[in-house]
Amino acid sequence: MKILIAKPGLDGHDRGAKVVAQALRDAGFEIVYTGLKRTPEEIVQEAIEEDVDVVGLSILSGAHLLLTRRVVDGLRGAGADDIDVVVGGTIPPRDVAALKDAGAAAVFPMGTALSDIVAAFGERTARS
Amino acid sequence: MRDVRLHAGIPVKPVYGPEDVAGSDPAADVGRPGEYPFTRGIHPAMYRERLWTMRQYVGFGTPGETNARFKYLMSHGQDALNVAFDLPTQLGLDSDDPRAEGEVGRVGMAVDTLADMEEAFAGIPLDRVSVSLTINGMAAPITAMYYAVAERQGTPADRVVTTPQNDILKEFVARGTWVYPVEPSLRLVADLIEFSARRHPRSNPVSVCGYHIREAGCTTAQEMAYGLAIAAAYVELMLSRGMAVDDFAPRISFNFTCWGKIFEEVAKFRAGRRLYARMMRERFGARNPKSWMFRTLIGGGGSAFTAREPENNIVRGAYIALAAALSGAQTMALPTYDEAYTIPSAKAQLIALRTMQICAEESGAADTADPLGGSYYVEALTNAMEAEIVREMAGVEATGGIVEAVKTGAIQAEVARQAYLFEQALATGAVAKVAVNCHAGEAATESEAELELYAFDPKVAEAQVARLARVRRDRDGRAVTAALRRLTAEARGTANLMPAIVECVQAYATLGEINRAMKDVFGEHKEPVKF
Repeated sequence: MKILIAKPGLDGHDRGAKVVAQALRDAGFEIVYTGLKRTPEEIVQEAIEEDVDVVGLSILSGAHLLLTRRVVDGLRGAGADDIDVVVGGTIPPRDVAALKDAGAAAVFPMGTALSDIVAAFGERTARS
Repeated sequence: MRDVRLHAGIPVKPVYGPEDVAGSDPAADVGRPGEYPFTRGIHPAMYRERLWTMRQYVGFGTPGETNARFKYLMSHGQDALNVAFDLPTQLGLDSDDPRAEGEVGRVGMAVDTLADMEEAFAGIPLDRVSVSLTINGMAAPITAMYYAVAERQGTPADRVVTTPQNDILKEFVARGTWVYPVEPSLRLVADLIEFSARRHPRSNPVSVCGYHIREAGCTTAQEMAYGLAIAAAYVELMLSRGMAVDDFAPRISFNFTCWGKIFEEVAKFRAGRRLYARMMRERFGARNPKSWMFRTLIGGGGSAFTAREPENNIVRGAYIALAAALSGAQTMALPTYDEAYTIPSAKAQLIALRTMQICAEESGAADTADPLGGSYYVEALTNAMEAEIVREMAGVEATGGIVEAVKTGAIQAEVARQAYLFEQALATGAVAKVAVNCHAGEAATESEAELELYAFDPKVAEAQVARLARVRRDRDGRAVTAALRRLTAEARGTANLMPAIVECVQAYATLGEINRAMKDVFGEHKEPVKF
């Protein structure tokens, strides 16, 4: 499975994104990382060009609902709705449902153990 | 017996004695507080003469809302301000820029023009209050706005005390609010330092930050090593402009983090002070003792806090405050107990302020200078930490120096690697976090449902955009255009850009316009993506 770890929006905190990227890489997944401050459009384009299976968004500024919706809608608009979008960062537990309504396949709110994130990707591989 | 190893990798023995400090010279290496090399602190009587400044990081929503929170904290005894700006402001985007959508006023105060800074500081006497501005890529225009507000309040230029962070190198490593490529970014850092040194001699035009690099994942020793390497890079930059070291070095300040492992943090700061003093005196030839002093804000590390059972963070904050006091902080700030998951509430901010006040007034930590000095453990650990910092600095030099390592992304990759190692240490329990990886009961999940979250109001952005439209309508458009053209023209040359930026600001050019005027010449930074 190939995963694009992406930092949408303006937030420059990439510790979490890079930690998750390293953990997934160690678990055998192929990882591409966008770098900071990508627009939703740039992330959609990179996801398609890199032909990834999953886009993992890392958002710590609080703008997660808007940005997730933009990426999900962008992928759908480009006919790439087979690419799952998952979200992590400073996501309050009460926003998990709203993010799933916006089209997130999985949400990893604050305090999620790294091993749980890796396991979730593993389960998805097993399904596909 | 269990093995104990500090974040810097230094092993800790179960007991220390005279044999552990036998190799060092107490007079030359430790000395007295207020004397070179300042291992024990930069002032002879430390807090007996002057307590640390308490400076909570505050800013959210519109300038008016931030102004009200400033006044609230000042009425409860906070004596200095530390301004948080929203991300569009930090990146030079106006509030009506499409890329600012959803971010206006969210993680800090929105500033588009001088009018916003005027409102933020209305009724706050800038001749008496010192203000830190947490701004980097946009430090030059935001500080120009601050100087303009002070001037309009009637504050003489030499009475203005402000500390713009203005440390762009650490932004490339950790915090991410870079805009231009490394070289023009460094030019702006130097322009602001030079301009401030000449016009506003009491300002501290650069605050070198280890803080964010550590919060991004590096070790204690790396935090100090990278911070000192960055400080040296700025000193070299200013020397290359023909300034004498003692003309700017006395106003260099620092911003470092502090977690709750008390003795490791104390040793880090004691070793850092000693190394900085020697570097400034021996390597750069500074003669003014003030140029040798590592003056630092010690801000508690928010990443030491947890979203689980957040009230425990109040206790963590108290240990951090104690560690910062024992480390010899000039200024202290603490994360709020809710920082792990939200923009701080007024209550949480007051508790953080009260924590520092209790440490200052009740704990006895402020009664005597460097109370841990002479402890076998602390002195041995200070020496071990110094050796580790020197080793890390040599590592940076070996890759071509800090500027080169930032350009290639080598430092960023090392910080990310350390963050991953730390996360693994948390997962295995090698690093303990109560209620998270040890003693975690069932109460943990219960309290998460009760988290009190900052209710972000989308009307904030509407109000800010409307305000920006009003300023654009009311200003003299021709003066703005002329000022922006001058800025672009001067950006092509080598002159100090501050006078041109000041002219733009005074004409109410927006931050976005000022940014574009420079970006047209400088271009944008391309991040080396490595991990």
